[in-house]
Amino acid sequence: MPLIFVCILMNAHQLLIPKYYNRFVKGFYMQSRYFSSMRLPLTTCPLSALAITIMANGVTPAYGVENNTGLPQDSNPPSNDVEHLQRAYETRIQALEDRIKATEAAQALSQEETEALAISISQQANQTSANTYNPSIGVILNGRFLKQSPSDYEFNPPGFMLGEEPGPGEPGFGLGESELNLSANVDDKFTASITLAFGEETEVEEAYLQSIALPHGLGVKFGQFFSNLGYLNSHHAHSDDFSFRPLAQQAFLGPNFGDAGVQVTWLAPSSLFWESGVELYRGASFPAGGSADDGKGIWTAFTHIGGDVGTSQSWRSGISYMAAKVDNREDESSGNSFTGDSNLWIADFIWKWAPNGNSRTTNAKISAEYFYRSEKGEFTLNDSSNLSTSSHQSGWYLQAVYQFIPQWRFGMRYEQLDAENPGELFSGTQLDDQSHRPTQTSLMLDWSNSEFSRIRLQYSRDKSSPVSADLWVLQYVAAFGAHSAHAF
Amino acid sequence: MRHLSLLALLLFSATSHAQLEIFSCEPEWSALAKELGGDRVETFSATTGLQDPHHIEARPNLIAKIRNADLVACTGADLESGWLPLLLKRSGNNKIQKGNLGHFMASEHVRLLGIPKQIDRGQGDIHAAGNPHIHTNPKNILRIAKSMSGTLEALDPDNAAFFKENLSNFVARWETALGRWEEKVKPLMGVPVVVYHDSWIYLEDWLKLKQVAVLEEKPGIPPSSGHLAQIITQMKSEPASMIIYAAYQNDKAALWLSNRTNIPIVKLPFTIGGTSDSNDLFSLYESSINLLLKAVPH
Repeated sequence: MPLIFVCILMNAHQLLIPKYYNRFVKGFYMQSRYFSSMRLPLTTCPLSALAITIMANGVTPAYGVENNTGLPQDSNPPSNDVEHLQRAYETRIQALEDRIKATEAAQALSQEETEALAISISQQANQTSANTYNPSIGVILNGRFLKQSPSDYEFNPPGFMLGEEPGPGEPGFGLGESELNLSANVDDKFTASITLAFGEETEVEEAYLQSIALPHGLGVKFGQFFSNLGYLNSHHAHSDDFSFRPLAQQAFLGPNFGDAGVQVTWLAPSSLFWESGVELYRGASFPAGGSADDGKGIWTAFTHIGGDVGTSQSWRSGISYMAAKVDNREDESSGNSFTGDSNLWIADFIWKWAPNGNSRTTNAKISAEYFYRSEKGEFTLNDSSNLSTSSHQSGWYLQAVYQFIPQWRFGMRYEQLDAENPGELFSGTQLDDQSHRPTQTSLMLDWSNSEFSRIRLQYSRDKSSPVSADLWVLQYVAAFGAHSAHAF
Repeated sequence: MRHLSLLALLLFSATSHAQLEIFSCEPEWSALAKELGGDRVETFSATTGLQDPHHIEARPNLIAKIRNADLVACTGADLESGWLPLLLKRSGNNKIQKGNLGHFMASEHVRLLGIPKQIDRGQGDIHAAGNPHIHTNPKNILRIAKSMSGTLEALDPDNAAFFKENLSNFVARWETALGRWEEKVKPLMGVPVVVYHDSWIYLEDWLKLKQVAVLEEKPGIPPSSGHLAQIITQMKSEPASMIIYAAYQNDKAALWLSNRTNIPIVKLPFTIGGTSDSNDLFSLYESSINLLLKAVPH
């Protein structure tokens, strides 16, 4: 009963001004933090609500509330009315309480039913979580500060024609490629993903459909996507262990080979991982160009094997091949171009270690890739004179990363490029190796607060050009939105 | 030619067996599948009791194993969200995709606790669906067993009677064990505990343990010295009876706190294989309860 009186007190203004309540006071009341904090929720005052309804509808005329002040004109209503009121609402409250008791008895659930109900309620969040991320949205922020000395350093390894945006980029503060990824299952047969990269300009990095319903280890992907060639190429640069991609990755696949095309893969039913695939691409992207052969200028093939050794080690290794028909691949700085055939072989290897397979405290990985390319065709100088060329280039990198305590990792990388001397005729062009072998040595230290944020300091001794340079990078990488995938 | 014959051999070996191949994400589901499926199932667990199921990579070996699976038995509730979707995508196996019979998520069959009111990574790596560490309450195992048995029957109707029999056998043995455990754990009721990660809310719910502090200030972020100092202050005014951590978790913070507060540490197996005496579901709970009881002040 005291609760009822408190509730009545709290709702008294409703009682007093029934006519204007809905029109004016309710609006004010809803906005008033004072009142809403004072008022007991209606659900806790069912009886007072009932009482109010009774009073407001049944007996309010006795109060003479037809005034604009909202206050009763007569503060001493006749006593027989009060008694009547009290009796009426006590009977009704009694009736209501009886009804509640009866309902409760009728609705009493067995323990089993209660538990089943609790499961279904708790499952609501479990069910909607899939819809919450449909499509899943993941954002990567990536930026850095680069200091280079000498300050007029330019990335230009002799003997190589480079693709778009080669090298470490401009010194100073810079926004790296920040990405937005949207992905979702399209239906029961396809999943789709689109990744937009925001740098100096916005571009579609990947936009593809992938099958999920094919049996027998088959997979089909079509649209625009990064090739499965080698190891690093299928990974987005923000997941790399170093701030710049290896020289060889830049020189031969510059810095990610992706194009419009189709990919078919087959995963063997063996207990050892063995995946093979072929891809056919338009051939508009470096190392091709010009979408030769009616827009199917590149094909590739690759095979990878891998597995675990005990519970602490895992590895993967593979061979890849790319055949590109190149139609007028232009070098942006000089205007020289190449037309012909470009064939690339890649051997890749990665080994990872974590004690008992638990990478949280310490872990290590070593990876290496070797690239070998032969190109045959016509080299066109910007004065329109043609030179026929047949050349070989190669390159490799070897890197090791060690997480020595939780959150902290240290890494080293050594890399090298080799270009064949094309002869006197090419002196002064990109293909002139200037008798210089490009190399680079890098050290990095990074700290990851969680799996979603990382800050990295890297030093590289760059001898890729005849003039060597020191490069210092402070970089951040952060992921938010959908949980990023833990790719091997 | 040699490649082709190797290929033929591989294909043949993959289709000749009659057992259901079960790929489980955590060892508890492998163990349960083995209890229910007996020799009619072949199980593989993607993780061991010494690995953190949140932090697994889609390793080549896991891709190879999930490719041949008839059933994927995992926890769900976002526990494996970093790696299971990628494995499914790369599996080339339509039987186990979400929505198909071969896709079994244990968390869909129990009452989830710890559903966050707000979902923001500022609170750490929280699970939107609720706390996924459901297997730490043995009553959940009973429910999941019933659901999983139904899945096995649907996948392999020829062996339905066998699975039914195994289930009733398992349920009987589990209920007996449960009765014994509930008698045994009475001294644990209301005992205040400190935990490393929020891995134990289902165990706490079952044993009525009182979780008073978590060493990780935010889930997924290693304990900071500032937060540990706060816990020491808290322990001075209201000491806990024990510091609980899972076998796969880093013990440094727990040891550090224990040295300064003289509160005993309890390393629990968390799942099968976490400690040497937790070899199956029964011994997992048996040994966990014994370890907890040892630390309770008498």
